[in-house]
Amino acid sequence: MIPLSWYLLVAAALFCIGLYGLFVRRNAVAILMSVELLLNAVNINLIAFWRYNAPDRSVGLAWAVFVLTVAAAEAAVGLALIISVYRNRDSVVAEELDLLKN
Amino acid sequence: MTEQILQIMAWLVPAGPLLTFFLIMLFTKHNRTLSWMLAWAAIISSLVMGWLLAFNVFGQGYHYLEEQPIVVASAIDWLPFGDYAQGLWVRMGMAVDPLTAVMLIMVPFATTMIFIYSVGYHNYGQPRGTHVGEPNHGNEDPLIARFFALMSLFGGAMLLMVLADNLLLLFIGWEIMGFCSYSLIGFWYAREYPDPKEMPIPRIPPRKAAVKAFMTTRVADVLMLLGIVFFYRAFGTLSFSEAFSFEALQTATTVVGFGGLGIMTLLIFAGTVGKSAQWPLHVWLPDAMEGPTPVSAIIHAAAMVSAGVYLIVRIFPLIAVTIEGNPTVGVVIAIIGAFTAIMSATIAVAQNDVKGVLAYSTISQLGFMVAAIGIGAYVAAAFHLITHAFFKALLFLASGSVIHGMEHGALHVHDHHTDPQDMRHMGGLRQKMPRTFWTFLIGGMALSGLPFITAGFWSKDEIFADAWYQWVHDGKGLALLVFIMLAAAALLTAFYTMRQISLTFLGKPRSALAAHAHESNNYMTLPLIGLAVFAVAAGWFGIPDNFLGVEWGKINLFHHYVGATIYAVMADLYAAKLVAHKIFTLPFSWIPLLTSLTVALGGLFLGWWVYGRNPLQQGQPDPLKAPLGPVHTFLERKWYWDELYQKVFIGPTVYLSEKIVYEFVDRGLIDGLLHLIARVFYTIGYYMRRFEEVVISDGVDWIKDQFFVMAREFRQLQTGKIQEYTLVSMLFAVALAALVLLINYGWFARLLSSF
Repeated sequence: MIPLSWYLLVAAALFCIGLYGLFVRRNAVAILMSVELLLNAVNINLIAFWRYNAPDRSVGLAWAVFVLTVAAAEAAVGLALIISVYRNRDSVVAEELDLLKN
Repeated sequence: MTEQILQIMAWLVPAGPLLTFFLIMLFTKHNRTLSWMLAWAAIISSLVMGWLLAFNVFGQGYHYLEEQPIVVASAIDWLPFGDYAQGLWVRMGMAVDPLTAVMLIMVPFATTMIFIYSVGYHNYGQPRGTHVGEPNHGNEDPLIARFFALMSLFGGAMLLMVLADNLLLLFIGWEIMGFCSYSLIGFWYAREYPDPKEMPIPRIPPRKAAVKAFMTTRVADVLMLLGIVFFYRAFGTLSFSEAFSFEALQTATTVVGFGGLGIMTLLIFAGTVGKSAQWPLHVWLPDAMEGPTPVSAIIHAAAMVSAGVYLIVRIFPLIAVTIEGNPTVGVVIAIIGAFTAIMSATIAVAQNDVKGVLAYSTISQLGFMVAAIGIGAYVAAAFHLITHAFFKALLFLASGSVIHGMEHGALHVHDHHTDPQDMRHMGGLRQKMPRTFWTFLIGGMALSGLPFITAGFWSKDEIFADAWYQWVHDGKGLALLVFIMLAAAALLTAFYTMRQISLTFLGKPRSALAAHAHESNNYMTLPLIGLAVFAVAAGWFGIPDNFLGVEWGKINLFHHYVGATIYAVMADLYAAKLVAHKIFTLPFSWIPLLTSLTVALGGLFLGWWVYGRNPLQQGQPDPLKAPLGPVHTFLERKWYWDELYQKVFIGPTVYLSEKIVYEFVDRGLIDGLLHLIARVFYTIGYYMRRFEEVVISDGVDWIKDQFFVMAREFRQLQTGKIQEYTLVSMLFAVALAALVLLINYGWFARLLSSF
């Protein structure tokens, strides 16, 4: 089998890309996409560790499924929020949404 | 009358009028009729009970009374002292002996007459006056209820004093009367006068007169209180019956000696000097005439000034022992009395105010009584006290009636500038005011001592007889001196009385006021008649047993009964050679009788000769003014005693109190010190506040500002942009992870150990 570290590196790389996208993208939807990337990178991590360390137990699997579900739900909620914001503010640029300033 | 009923009556006699004072002041002050009716009810009940008590005493017969003078006695435990669990209490209460009895006949009667008179004097029934605190000529006095309240208080206090069985209760009554005198002299408190130099008869306002009276008598009362304290020291008790027993008096002479007894007597006598207006404390009585005439009658003729003499009559056993062992005291008392008598008689000759003549006359007659006590004439002094009260009250009330008549005349002709009391404006009132004239005449004759038919004659004659006896029999020069001085004073008395009667009643009216005067109402004239009866008849109870050398039997009731009060004590003291005489009937002598007749009739004749034969015309000056010249002015200005006292006592005292004590000590030193302390504290407070403002307040503000600065800096983190928040949290996460790794993998420790 290929070494575990390779999977972890891929996951890390994906995580960094997602993080970069989280910080850099202007559009809110793009930010949500980056968040999906983060979550999926974490999922890869989870599955890798499961497969390599305790494949007979379903803990890791269940966990990954959980994360996936939460990610989906969160994406749905996030998109609903963005739609509502767009309807009110006519913009989805994250920089311009600074009502919590100060 | 059972013992118990008499004892209760003895308490009720003073209690009624005293209670009436409170009832009127608290409840009925706004109902004038009810007020004076209450006052009448109280004093009449005291009159009835007083007479019942008195006649009960006299009914015992004087032989019994000589053994047992105190007939009714009732005392209560009043003040515990020492080990009072043992039952040691000072007892105070009432006691009725013949002296008290005779006072109980005189005082309530005179007071009742005066109360009846007052209702008319204050114009009850006329339209209500509007001047509060001033005389309302012709209109009803708005403060009439207060008047009767104060008069009732006074009457109650006098009766309390008369019935008291100990010196302290006597003093209490004495002081209450002093207060009443003050309030009643100043009854017209709002009355003001123009500049005294512009007034034909100079007067001081009633407020000042009241203060003057109170201050002068206060001086006397302080000395008297010292005397009372000394009395207690010498006798161990203040009760008369205990202190004036033979044993107690004999012991006292050894305890304090005659020197001590002398000082004690003189101190207590000082109270009399003040209260009975003897020289040198006589100055308050003429100014006390500012009070309404009923006040002058009761307080300054019949009762309060009599109280001074009553005191020395009451403590006579002590005085008798003292003047025997320490003759100087007798000289002092007798000379003060005699000098006062003759001095004020001379002043009365030159007075123009009808009440002024009577005021000085009162002072003079009181001097007679004091001189009598000074030479040891107990019964004579008491007798003259009683008769004088009647006819002097009568004279004052009659003069008030005259003044009322003059004021009616003033209202009639709308003249408010002429003084209605000035005798120079009177005249011819005999036709206008007949009842007043006849009663005044009776009173005046009694004062002069018109022989046989007036009371004054008998009482004055007794004083002369006593003085003469002591000169002839004992060779006491003092007695002769007193005799001569009092005879001269009696001559002047008759003279000025006739002068007063002539100026007031005879001749033709000298002003429009007198021309339009008319007789006063019945409230005022009927008491005059009542008092006139006594002014005539009271003397007949004191006709000597051996008058004119004939033995009439025991007709001198006054002597036998009132003398019985101290008969036993004096007999014992005489046997022990502690007093010069016991109570005995003087042998008859023609000289005092002839002297009395001469001075009385001679004085009256002289008065008539100068003033009555050719009554003065309007504007005519006093016939004595020209021949006497400056002497007359000296007399008219009252021997300048007031001016002397002002210069010597009052001026310096006022100066001391205003300039030195008030301005220098009180405002300068004491207030200055206080202001200094205040300034110090103020300055301290100022600097503390500055400290607080600068250091604390500003310091705290600075800290607050620093917080704001810090917040401003940190606020820059809150941009509101979610990406930036996420960046910051990620950076923190990385830092935290690094820290955890450093610690957990020992790299931190190796990092630190490499230093």
